[in-house]
Amino acid sequence: MTTAVAARSAPMASTPHQVRASSVFLALLRRDLRVARKELVFFLIRTTMQPLLFLIVFGYLLPKMSFLGKGYQTALLPGILAVSLSLSAIQSVALPMVQDFGWTKEIEDRLLAPVPTQLVAAEKIIAGVLQGIIAAGFVLPIARLVMGPIPDLTLSHGGEVVLIALLGSLAFSSLGMWLGTAIAPQQIGLMFSVIIAPMLFFGCAYYPWRGLDVVPVLKYLVLINPMVYVSEGMRAALTPAVPHMPLYIVAIALIVVASGFWTLGMRSFYKRAIG
Amino acid sequence: MDDGPAVAVERLTKRFGERLAFSDVSFEVARGEVFGFLGPNGAGKTTTIGILTTRVKPTSGTALISGADVTSQAVHVRQRIGVVPQRPNPDRSLNVLENLLFHAAYFGIPAAASLPRAEALLEQLGIAEKANAKVDEMSGGQQQRLMIARALIHEPQVIFLDEPTVGLDPQTRLSLWEILRVLHGEGRTIVMTTHYMEEADKLCDRIAIVDRGQLLELDTPAALKQRAPGGTLVEVTLSRPMDAVLEPVRKLEGVLRAEAHGPILRVYSDRGGRVISPVIQAAEDMGASVTNIHLTEPSLETLFVARTGRKLD
Repeated sequence: MTTAVAARSAPMASTPHQVRASSVFLALLRRDLRVARKELVFFLIRTTMQPLLFLIVFGYLLPKMSFLGKGYQTALLPGILAVSLSLSAIQSVALPMVQDFGWTKEIEDRLLAPVPTQLVAAEKIIAGVLQGIIAAGFVLPIARLVMGPIPDLTLSHGGEVVLIALLGSLAFSSLGMWLGTAIAPQQIGLMFSVIIAPMLFFGCAYYPWRGLDVVPVLKYLVLINPMVYVSEGMRAALTPAVPHMPLYIVAIALIVVASGFWTLGMRSFYKRAIG
Repeated sequence: MDDGPAVAVERLTKRFGERLAFSDVSFEVARGEVFGFLGPNGAGKTTTIGILTTRVKPTSGTALISGADVTSQAVHVRQRIGVVPQRPNPDRSLNVLENLLFHAAYFGIPAAASLPRAEALLEQLGIAEKANAKVDEMSGGQQQRLMIARALIHEPQVIFLDEPTVGLDPQTRLSLWEILRVLHGEGRTIVMTTHYMEEADKLCDRIAIVDRGQLLELDTPAALKQRAPGGTLVEVTLSRPMDAVLEPVRKLEGVLRAEAHGPILRVYSDRGGRVISPVIQAAEDMGASVTNIHLTEPSLETLFVARTGRKLD
């Protein structure tokens, strides 16, 4: 190996050209999408298995056995979408973060990119948003297929569906950033049983918020759960006939939640990235 | 901003909570120089590299890379440096070539420009046949070469290598040394850490000896060796600690200096190994037996032992 290691190098003389942050951001995003595409099947299985199983039991079997009325499917569908969206957004950020910072240190090549460290975190969150939306888009037609025609389902408020999907994914992707960088790797299992599971079951995904009138304490307690707003927002946009929170309340709540988690996630990422 | 030495560090101190990683360290690295930090694990070498590569914030003091401050101008610094980590950390979701192309893209270099360069680097580092392989299919030495290629893809001015040959077999280590010599020949600035004496001695223009967060010596290998205490270091391990043996040993012919560190007796001799037999005799006369003997010629190692009171393992 006596040949020159650098092909066309003049390292001493060259002043580095100014790198545009936007082009680095796009390169980072391209990397995450390339990896997501390679692992698409596993990604979808990992993030949509739980909601799909729920869908089969509660959206198909129980109504067929007449344990649940047809109307339940209408209330369930938006919730299932909310779960798929949130679960995949949170996982597609939290899991790689735990791995990268915990043991593989793979993210270090991106932390050396000549951009502010926060940009690397922001890109991860945005990639999580996209993956959340992909998961929801995957589940919607399957749900329609499993449950058959769903009374009162309307796709005429497309803009509102997209808005809720974006805000919901952003909130949960940011939450994933926070959890993934703040939680010790050995506690990742705990994250699912202590944080994610209660969030799913008390997230008004499997029943409308108004239904909690029967247990008023719980009705107000669940308001701290961001999943509630995604579920209710999806109801407002997809099945407006089912009782739901007003869309503007949902949007405001999600913006507040997303900004809060974004700030916490950014801070926590920076703390892990820069010692 | 591109002026001054490649690296300029002034009164750098880093604390992790209560623990002091290193304090008040100052040094400069000239352009084109190969500069080595030599010291045991935990001496603060990796933390120093962490600060110089913008990944660790200094508690106080300043560090400039080609005139850019590592804290306030981190983005500029990152553009000027390439980093080879202690443990290879390639992006395992990407193949070998993609690792290089994406890394270049993170530096704003379009694929059209980075592809030929990536291919040339893989060729010259001897891993061209792995271009489309998964990273996991490479050996440790090959992954380390990929890390070097990655550190070079964006044409950095200063290359940092943190213990680049730890865990590599001797043959791979020699070929990495060869790569570093070629890079040096091209006029690149190289800053590396190592705890191998031989590596520092053979590769570096100047060596900083560090231990417990202090910069103890800084000079060329030749000058450092001259500064090593005279004579051969004879290290004798006794069956039990016995400081009393120092007195008779110091009186022996050919003994320049003798010190006891627990059961280990360090004797500097100007008569080579010929002092061994009388030293053993002296120890046995006082009721201790000798369990181990080790000889070291005057070297960076004897200097290190003399300065720190311990060996560099």
